[in-house]
Amino acid sequence: MNKILLLTLQLAFFITVAPLLSGLITKIKNNIRMREGQSVFQPYYNLVKLFSKSEVISGTASWIFRSAPFVVFSSTLTAALLIPVFIFTSPAHTMGDLLAMVFIFALGRFFLALAALDTGSSFGGMGSSREMFISSLVEPALCMVIFAVSLQFGSTDISTFSGAHAISVSSIVAALALFLVSIAETSRIPVDNQETHLELTMVHEAMVLEYSGRPLALIEMASYIKQMVFFFLIAQIVFPICLPSYENLAQAFSWASWYCVRIILISIAAALVEVAVAKMRLLRVADFLEFAFVLGVIACVCAIVGV
Amino acid sequence: MLDLLPKHIFLSDPLSLFFLFVIFIVSLPSAIYSFGYLKGEYPLKKIILSWFLLAIFILSMAAVVTAGNVLVFLVAWEMMSLASYFLVVFDTTHERSIKAGTIYVVMTQIGAAFLIAAFMIMYSYARSFDLFALKNACLAMPAQTKNIIFVSLLIGFGTKAGIVPLHIWLPYAHPQAPSHISSIMSGVMIKTAIYGIIRFVMFILGVSAAWWGVLVLILAVISCLVGVIYALMEHDIKKLLAYHSVENIGIILLGVGLAMFFTSQGLPYLAVFSLMAGLYHLVNHAIFKGLLFLCAGSVYKATGTRDIEKLGGLIKTMPYTAAYFLLGAMAISALPPLNGFVSEWLTLQAFFLGALNVIGGTKLFLGFCAVMLALTSGLAAACFVKAFGITFLAGPRSHYAKEAKEVSLSMKAGMFFLSLLTIVFGLAATMIIRYLTRAAGSAMDIDISHMQFSLNNITLNPQAGKSIYLSPPLLALVLLVLGITGLVIFCAWRRKRSVRHNTWDCGYYRLDARNEYTATAFSKPFRIAFSFFLLPYRKTQKIRESFYHVRSFTYETHTIQVFKKYLYDPVLVLVFRSAKSMRRLQPGSIHLYLMYIFITIILLIVFMRWF
Repeated sequence: MNKILLLTLQLAFFITVAPLLSGLITKIKNNIRMREGQSVFQPYYNLVKLFSKSEVISGTASWIFRSAPFVVFSSTLTAALLIPVFIFTSPAHTMGDLLAMVFIFALGRFFLALAALDTGSSFGGMGSSREMFISSLVEPALCMVIFAVSLQFGSTDISTFSGAHAISVSSIVAALALFLVSIAETSRIPVDNQETHLELTMVHEAMVLEYSGRPLALIEMASYIKQMVFFFLIAQIVFPICLPSYENLAQAFSWASWYCVRIILISIAAALVEVAVAKMRLLRVADFLEFAFVLGVIACVCAIVGV
Repeated sequence: MLDLLPKHIFLSDPLSLFFLFVIFIVSLPSAIYSFGYLKGEYPLKKIILSWFLLAIFILSMAAVVTAGNVLVFLVAWEMMSLASYFLVVFDTTHERSIKAGTIYVVMTQIGAAFLIAAFMIMYSYARSFDLFALKNACLAMPAQTKNIIFVSLLIGFGTKAGIVPLHIWLPYAHPQAPSHISSIMSGVMIKTAIYGIIRFVMFILGVSAAWWGVLVLILAVISCLVGVIYALMEHDIKKLLAYHSVENIGIILLGVGLAMFFTSQGLPYLAVFSLMAGLYHLVNHAIFKGLLFLCAGSVYKATGTRDIEKLGGLIKTMPYTAAYFLLGAMAISALPPLNGFVSEWLTLQAFFLGALNVIGGTKLFLGFCAVMLALTSGLAAACFVKAFGITFLAGPRSHYAKEAKEVSLSMKAGMFFLSLLTIVFGLAATMIIRYLTRAAGSAMDIDISHMQFSLNNITLNPQAGKSIYLSPPLLALVLLVLGITGLVIFCAWRRKRSVRHNTWDCGYYRLDARNEYTATAFSKPFRIAFSFFLLPYRKTQKIRESFYHVRSFTYETHTIQVFKKYLYDPVLVLVFRSAKSMRRLQPGSIHLYLMYIFITIILLIVFMRWF
């Protein structure tokens, strides 16, 4: 019972905080650009607005288009459950490990890419093709990172490295590689741009172009959560601070606040990258991800050498 | 003296039983499917003939995996090849079938020649064709001989399995056969070669050098990547699936090669685990590839074309086939909680756990193999988004697709059975692993009684002590619960009206099927990214009315088949050239032939006198 309570709490935490994180990054970005910018709560307003709008469905769309938002939403939340947030071991950790998480994200992406093709719009096809291209190149880089982490901590279970003690070169390099991967996965500059609807550049936005109203809200929600999951992973790899074992809820919350500080640091880094770097051509993304891959290899070598 | 009445004609150890199970689990639904599929396609006489050939085909495969004697094995092996050859050329009206059949039969006989060579060498040591006698003889064999036998077995079985660069027949033969046969060939027949590798290399010969495993791993990685990259470029749906067989054989061989490597490193525990992962992927591939070929057959039957560019929108006219194909596509793309996911996860874990137990640079090598597997699975997902999306989604792009009708009951039943299995083999992973561990242990002659993988009902834990968990049923449950939660949130307040409207067309005109993304367009980024290997080229042709006005414009893009052009074509040219020069010896003059006979007799007399 305790476990289910904790899991529900974790879900609620991810759902309520994830949009804030996205709003925060946008705010930081705007402030760096010397703009006032929108409120940090803007993503919430957007979600509420989308929820209260009626939905337009394309005449050519089938049940794939209708079901994809739910698959995306549930797969992202499932991945979020695997992350230890309040306690040392996520209560759901027997469900899967870090590798399983990669496959779970792939499930949502698969359906979203299909839904994009479903409406028969060439924008959707474009987005779908590009997304699958990028994600298939993300996969090796991500796998290399996980390999490095597994070499260092002796397991791919997420709780083993949230429980490790020392900060090592290997984990910092691995976290850096994971950061690059997360940029690609959360469709940020230089891989994708969340802010434009320009057919030459859009990837994620092209896939969800035909969505409106509540389904769009679900998809947006899922991408906020996905971003947060990646940031949590980075935070845990680079600052492996012991989380308390569960039972003590009060202590759990104090650790959660420590977490927040780390997450905010990562968000600032993400915002800085978005402001400082220009969007890359699609085919240059391969080079970008190769760089992440090479960082992963370096992390592996460091782990083998033992630094 | 020839051992003509052998002790073990047939074997029934866990490995053989496992392969028998795989054969029947795919053959049964394919046979049911063929009732509906063949009806109306061929005259009754031909249908009866196809049933006869199918029966021989299935029985010979069963004999291959249970043979306890090399002679029985070879006879069954050749029967299997011939039966499948006749099934490949079943559509004798098509020029392409004959060509595909010829390539197939030539390649398969080259493979068989290598097998026979390997068995002959083994026989010269054992003086018996019995498998266990061979096994005993192999213990005392010099390392050099073992290496030679290993390489010939690898080439022989590799030809049948379709390891790159011996895969050349696969994309011709598999698509050309009737679909239920393709499903058996791709799902099961190529697996008999994996059985051969496990039985003859691992069980009988015994892995004696580390490079064996490394070689198999490298070939496996190449097969994975080459298979999936070619599949991405393909728009013939059955050819696409055939290339995916090359890829998946690669994944299976990753498990097998890893098992060989760990055996040579003295890590029997990990060897059993890796082989178990390989066998798991083997049965999974049999299930989902069988399913996908049956679905492709349904599409072909309903529309009369295999070119996915001409299809589209079939999900509305063929909802069942679409749903089954989607399940197959999800399984092959390793999406949870279906079966492909579990076995790919296990294979990746085998690499990860192995890397923890070896030293130095070997860790990196294993890491690279694992990463290539990850790349493969990413590309496979992309390919199946393409295959499913372009075939079944959006609007129909030709009248073939517009007039498609859902297929008959027996075809649906066959597909339903296999698609159910993709779910069952995902959720019941724990039980299946327990059985497969036994099969893997018996295949390598390793006592597994003290190396239980600590499994309980819902979690599978690859290494005792290290807590790595995966629980497909739990995962499925959570996915379902959260999906329903999403639905509840969705419907929480008063439902808003949802409006049906045309797809956004930028305000110009009504979009039609010509504006849809095609398979060629979808795979364009991949074509450019892998252009160093695919060597794409395009043909454009403009027909002008005047300098200013182009009346029509044709555009074609093709890729060059590297292996065909730079490996097989030169060999073929050489063969034909030498055949042409040999023809000079045979000009048709009886006098010359009499002289040949005379010279031969003299040479024979000389030979008999002096030697």
